[in-house]
Amino acid sequence: MDGEELTEQETALYDRQIRVWGADAQRRLSKSHILVSGLKGTVVEFCKNIVLAGVGSVTLNDDRLVTEELLSANFLVPPDETVYSGKSLAELCCDSLTDFNPMVRVSVEKGEVSKFSADFFDKFDVVVISSCSLSTKQSINEKCRKSLKRIAFYTVDCRDSCGEIFVDLQNYIYTKKKNDEAVECLLEYSSFEEAVSVPWRSLPRRVSKLYLAMRVIEKFEELEGRIPGETSAADLPKVQKLRKELCEAQLLDESQIPDSLLERLSEGRREFPPVCAVIGGILGQEVIKAISGKGDPLKNFFFFDAMDGKGIIEDIFRQKS
Amino acid sequence: MASEQQLSAIKGAKVLMVGAGGIGCELLKTLALSGFKDVHIIDMDTIEVSNLNRQFLFRQSHVGQSKAKVARDAVLKFRPNISITPYHANVKDPEFNVDFFKQFNVVLNGLDNLDARRHVNRLCLAAGVPLVESGTTGFLGQVTVHIKGRTECYECQPKPAPKTYPVCTITSTPSKFVHCIVWAKDLLFAKLFGDKNQDNDLNVRASDASSSSQQSEDVFERKNEEDIEHYGRRIFDHVFGYNIELALSNEDTWKNRNRPRPIYSKDVIPVEPVSQNGNQAKNLVAGNPSSISAMASLGLKNPQDLWSLKENSAIFLEALKLFFSKREKEIGNLTFDKDDQLAVEFVTAAANIRASSFGIPLHSLFEAKGIAGNIVHAVATTNAIIAGLIVIEAIKVLQNDIKNYRMTYCLEHPSRKMLLMPVEPFEPNKSCYVCSETPLTLEINTHGSKLKDLVDKIVKAKLGMNLPLIMHGSSLLYEVGDDLEEDEVANYAANLEKVLSELPSPVIGGTILTVEDLQQELKCSINVKHREEFDEEKEPDGMVLSGWTQPLAVEKNGKGSTDNGASTSRVSETTSLVMEDDDELQIIPAQIAKKRKLSDISSAASSDASSFRNEAKFKRKAEEADNNNDVVMLDGGSSENSKKKREQ
Ligand SMILES: [Zn+2]
Repeated sequence: MDGEELTEQETALYDRQIRVWGADAQRRLSKSHILVSGLKGTVVEFCKNIVLAGVGSVTLNDDRLVTEELLSANFLVPPDETVYSGKSLAELCCDSLTDFNPMVRVSVEKGEVSKFSADFFDKFDVVVISSCSLSTKQSINEKCRKSLKRIAFYTVDCRDSCGEIFVDLQNYIYTKKKNDEAVECLLEYSSFEEAVSVPWRSLPRRVSKLYLAMRVIEKFEELEGRIPGETSAADLPKVQKLRKELCEAQLLDESQIPDSLLERLSEGRREFPPVCAVIGGILGQEVIKAISGKGDPLKNFFFFDAMDGKGIIEDIFRQKS
Repeated sequence: MASEQQLSAIKGAKVLMVGAGGIGCELLKTLALSGFKDVHIIDMDTIEVSNLNRQFLFRQSHVGQSKAKVARDAVLKFRPNISITPYHANVKDPEFNVDFFKQFNVVLNGLDNLDARRHVNRLCLAAGVPLVESGTTGFLGQVTVHIKGRTECYECQPKPAPKTYPVCTITSTPSKFVHCIVWAKDLLFAKLFGDKNQDNDLNVRASDASSSSQQSEDVFERKNEEDIEHYGRRIFDHVFGYNIELALSNEDTWKNRNRPRPIYSKDVIPVEPVSQNGNQAKNLVAGNPSSISAMASLGLKNPQDLWSLKENSAIFLEALKLFFSKREKEIGNLTFDKDDQLAVEFVTAAANIRASSFGIPLHSLFEAKGIAGNIVHAVATTNAIIAGLIVIEAIKVLQNDIKNYRMTYCLEHPSRKMLLMPVEPFEPNKSCYVCSETPLTLEINTHGSKLKDLVDKIVKAKLGMNLPLIMHGSSLLYEVGDDLEEDEVANYAANLEKVLSELPSPVIGGTILTVEDLQQELKCSINVKHREEFDEEKEPDGMVLSGWTQPLAVEKNGKGSTDNGASTSRVSETTSLVMEDDDELQIIPAQIAKKRKLSDISSAASSDASSFRNEAKFKRKAEEADNNNDVVMLDGGSSENSKKKREQ
């Protein structure tokens, strides 16, 4: 690296993790800047993980006023109205995260993430968005892709006891050890838009049902103009109708997206804290890998369902024509 | 979100957590968020700086305080209406007996050592309380569920034993840096600063062993009025110069090995005083023994730097000097401690000088400290994931949802596309001495071994008993406890020194002993077989216990060393294969993973976790067929296959 050494304080604090990923990786982490938008439980878990890991800065974006429901899986904010009333979720999380690791700069960026201009994203090495619509995911992803530097882009969503992570590292080169030799590897990622437009019949065999079900719900919210995550059991008939249409258009048997799963996803607005911990942990690990260049990053979807306990990687890639 | 049934199971549950460290902090947080109302937590540790990067409930200002108590206070801040009961205590304390365990619906372990895990396993079995066990190292982790009679207990499968190396590898033929560390820590450091009465194999035996060992007996004593600088150089020259020359005289040893190079202090550092330029005063000001540092005296700052042979030698001499001048009172009682800066400096320097002599690459103090202190590699994310998985299993346990219990591996490289891989729990091992009543067999020389040997080497070391009681028929041979009468104590003490066949109730071939731990409520029978001879190298205990789950790396730091060390390389290779990190490593070693392959697959039809709901059977079969080509993979080479697919 560039010769700057970790301070004695850093070496002592990060001792155990430097033993995992090395001092170089730690130095890279300490220079990285991360934008996080949408601060529900999973993302809060993620923020804790990267603040502890010692990234350079974390910028929080979520103007929502705090409600009890928003705090259901949040360990950063005390459920005391006298503390939280009138403050935004980002402001409250910021106060608490700063406390976790004084070496990390945590700040708040107000505003609607979908309205931020492309050069705003240039400040960051990593952008993580959650609780936002299909079109917002796509447009922010495109803005990150247009930047001259590579910005790692992630979306994360948890519903009921299920979670999904999407990763776009664009063209990612990293070295890994193979029989004690360093080998250079190239991974090519699709954007979110490209990935979700892969025809369902060309998806990997036995693709996770969660992938399909999440696309149905996402589409439903987009068509109905819902606030992301704000569906309920009453929506189920309409969601099922949309599944039918999508499956017919994609020539896929409807049974590939079981009712039970759709039901869980449309009802499950409240997060399930153990799943937040799992998904927030995996996402933290992936971001650390991408920044440090250590370890194979996952490509490009990750799914976890507490019902079967599987944490699955799906590679949903659109060949460029 | 949790269903109604789940929520009511959670709300009514009384949970015991053992350990408030890396996993514990995450676990307590996730339990509280998930709606648990009554959590008890035991941890004997206090908070250290190196915990703060992952034990997120703790802050700099908490250093030195009880983990259990600080964790409780931190969690109550965001969930004020739940009950958390902390115990700043050792889980092996007698107050945590079977009755204590019986009050809980489930026990969740977030421990960092084998001993405590075994202890909790036994108490859970005795109390009939389900146990969810966990462990992490770096990016790897696992969660397992243990239910008496239903699934295997924590001890049904062999656990890696603490790694040990053959004495001759350490004393004469090191080939890896870790061998040099063991030599520096267990032999040299112990000899110079530890208990003088301990056996110590530091001196190499020359061809005519007797004469040299006699004359070298007092070499390590500092002579009256001997100048400390002179003493340091004398020790240096003896262990790095003279002893190497002596070893070189054993021509046989070096036939197939690189010959080491003797190193004398005057060749590395000229005899003029090294660093007397006012640094003494700095150390005097420091006062606190933990801040005395040879690095500081010599102006070396970065623990990650690789020191030259000269720097290592300077550190060696300086550290020795500081021990004798600033910490003289402790000499004779010191044991190596990874948090003792000066001790780490001394061991690093000594190991590096030795490594240099044997042509082994040198290491930084940071690396040496990790090796010497068996430091567990730990990151926050793995702990968070594992804690989430523990809570998921705990909720199933509380609902008695037996068919959905899973043990889950958190992998570094995906296997069958999975980073988190659930596997159906194994059935109890019918020959497990802990959870079944299978008797053990002990081969021992009943005319030579004392009861004390049996207690130390078998009952405590192998069976892991804490407060043992040994009976022969109805007569008590040995017992520990606070409530014993004086004459009983004297009687048992006398028994300990007796040879087995001369005990009041003689133990001979054919005797059946009952060994019991009243706290763990573990009882087992041992059939005694008399045997005259034992192989010193292979059976260093002088007795052999069978019928118990043998640890994988059983090679002991045996006393019966030979000078040619013919078989050593084989041993150290297997050792390092199993134990890449630490003796507390919980992750299944490759060997078991392989062994389990068959059972995994054969149970897959019933266990395939995706068959959870009403999916058609044939689909499962198809999946199963596809899945067969993989096995639980750890950090090993076989994972390359799955990665190739992703290299575009
Ligand atoms: Zn067992």
